[in-house]
Amino acid sequence: MPRQLMKGNDALSEAAVRAGCRFFGGYPITPQSEIPEYLSWRMPEVGGTFIQAESELSGVNMVYGAAAAGFRAMTSSSGPGFSLLQEGISYIASAELPAVFIDVQRYGSGLGDIFQAQGDYWQATRGGGHGDYRMLVYAPASVQESVDLVSVAFDKADQYRNPTLILSDASIAQMMEPVTLPEMKEHDPNADWAVRGKHGKPFKRVTSTMYYIEDFDAYIKNKYDEMADAEQRWESIKVDDAELVLVAYGISSRICQEAVEIARSQGIRLGLLRPITLWPFPAKAFAEVNPDVKAYLSVELCALPKMVEDVRLASEMKAPVEIFLGGAHIPESSAIVERAVAILNAQR
Amino acid sequence: MTEKRTPNLLVEPNKFCPGCGHGIINRVLAEVLEESGLADYAVGSLAVGCSCLMMDTFGTDWVQAPHGRAAAVAVGLKRMRPDCCIFTYQGDGDSMAIGFSETLYAAIRNENITAILVNNGIFGMTGGQMAPTSLPGQRTTTSPKGRDAGTTGQPLNMVDQMKHLPIGYLARGSVASAKDINKLKKYIKAAIETQMNGGGYSMVEVLSFCPTNWKMSMEKSVAHVQNTVKNIFPVGEFVKNGERTDA
Ligand SMILES: Cc1ncc(C[n+]2csc(CCOP(=O)(O)OP(=O)(O)O)c2C)c(N)n1
Ligand code: SF4
Repeated sequence: MPRQLMKGNDALSEAAVRAGCRFFGGYPITPQSEIPEYLSWRMPEVGGTFIQAESELSGVNMVYGAAAAGFRAMTSSSGPGFSLLQEGISYIASAELPAVFIDVQRYGSGLGDIFQAQGDYWQATRGGGHGDYRMLVYAPASVQESVDLVSVAFDKADQYRNPTLILSDASIAQMMEPVTLPEMKEHDPNADWAVRGKHGKPFKRVTSTMYYIEDFDAYIKNKYDEMADAEQRWESIKVDDAELVLVAYGISSRICQEAVEIARSQGIRLGLLRPITLWPFPAKAFAEVNPDVKAYLSVELCALPKMVEDVRLASEMKAPVEIFLGGAHIPESSAIVERAVAILNAQR
Repeated sequence: MTEKRTPNLLVEPNKFCPGCGHGIINRVLAEVLEESGLADYAVGSLAVGCSCLMMDTFGTDWVQAPHGRAAAVAVGLKRMRPDCCIFTYQGDGDSMAIGFSETLYAAIRNENITAILVNNGIFGMTGGQMAPTSLPGQRTTTSPKGRDAGTTGQPLNMVDQMKHLPIGYLARGSVASAKDINKLKKYIKAAIETQMNGGGYSMVEVLSFCPTNWKMSMEKSVAHVQNTVKNIFPVGEFVKNGERTDA
């Protein structure tokens, strides 16, 4: 496959089609609108269905129907729209159906604004909707990784029969980068649980599986425990000898990667842990870190820190955990280096 | 002696209160699906309310949607499984209050599904609160002095909302007499046929009763539908084969 220059949202959409997704129902909101725009013409080309729903509530429930019918289905949204998806996501999780969701995060609560941010972290990783469920949450840091993680998200959704989420942001979604797209994959919609009329067999009910599973508490806890253990993904850069380890995902990890290079060129031993899954948070990654590390620095693009709590838990507070907040502005890599140096100096 | 024949689709006795209209509507729907040879191809979408009691007793495939969203789920099902007979079965609270938008937009897009809307003028399952279809003056647990249309609005007439849309079929029937039930069966059959012929959106609203929350006997409930409810919600066929009738 040749490499080509593509916008994040477009590349992700094409990757979904190639992963065998044949249904999209959604509603426009910046900065993810290129996804419904792309799929509005691309889905019909491959015999799939695109519907511009009247709302996110409707879109997510169309996804619920299409997923119940056995097809690979997804929707995408951003901030305010992601809030509206939560009702349906909770139902889809409860019915144990596979489906893929995209949240291209935008800044602020309420209406907020359309620029890049990482403020939906808790809603994404803590369930978001009501009740007991989690989603596998993937955080791409490049256009290529958006493409790669979409097909992972569909496969894992099928494997666990659970909704999965790509948590992106305005920068990754709007930037153009060279990508290699995967081959086209076909998906068999006739899983034994898919509803399509009973055809002489006993009838099927797609609803919360808790009605049918004995000792449901243990069953569901076991399912999520298994995911939490098996699905941690991360990238670590120069953490084994680091004095200070940055922890960052998505677009902020790109800046941190540059910060590590700058620092290293100055003889400062900075490292980076980049969670690729945010749920499960890659606690196992911390075993790779230099046992004498002096501090962690959680770098997040929001006004109120969120991921830092996971960093504290995963690091077991063996070293102090500090916070660097980007808020509305993408920080300079040099500012992160400065901060790291200040933290290290304060400890000397 | 006449032979007692119950549709095979009714796999277990229903769970509705004695005298509830849902039981009759279930039976009529089951007969239509069986007689049309669709029992094996049907998938229903329902949400909450007393309708959801059907999931165990009415033997088609089912998907349980969130409150109000059955039409959107049905759309996802039908678009992906066009050969299936996809229907929604919802109460008036479900389809006309929280789910008004989903219900109406399925019709606006003329989605090829069949909607059964059971209008019993009340929220049955949650203990008798006011519904969009509750009549002016009707006492419910959230309108204890009787519904005041001045502050809560007039009863919502879903047929009026839909009859101007380019849809396939639209009717309102009732379960208040044997004659009405026979007509209702005709309506539901026409609605399902419309869908299976690719004729677009079809909806049948059914005037039903909730003796439990109306706090009326079965006999009084029937008389109430005949003498009062039908005056506000006229029955008949309003759109047939995509054409407005004068009903
Ligand atoms: C989001 C949400 N809000 C509220 C409820 C509670 N609830 C369950 S059934 C119902 C009303 C159902 O009334 P209707 O659709 O008229 O059906 P009926 O029980 O009368 O047949 C309500 C409000 C719910 N399940 N979900
Ligand atoms: S509460 Fe009313 S609508 Fe529900 S089953 Fe009983 S009689 Fe029927």
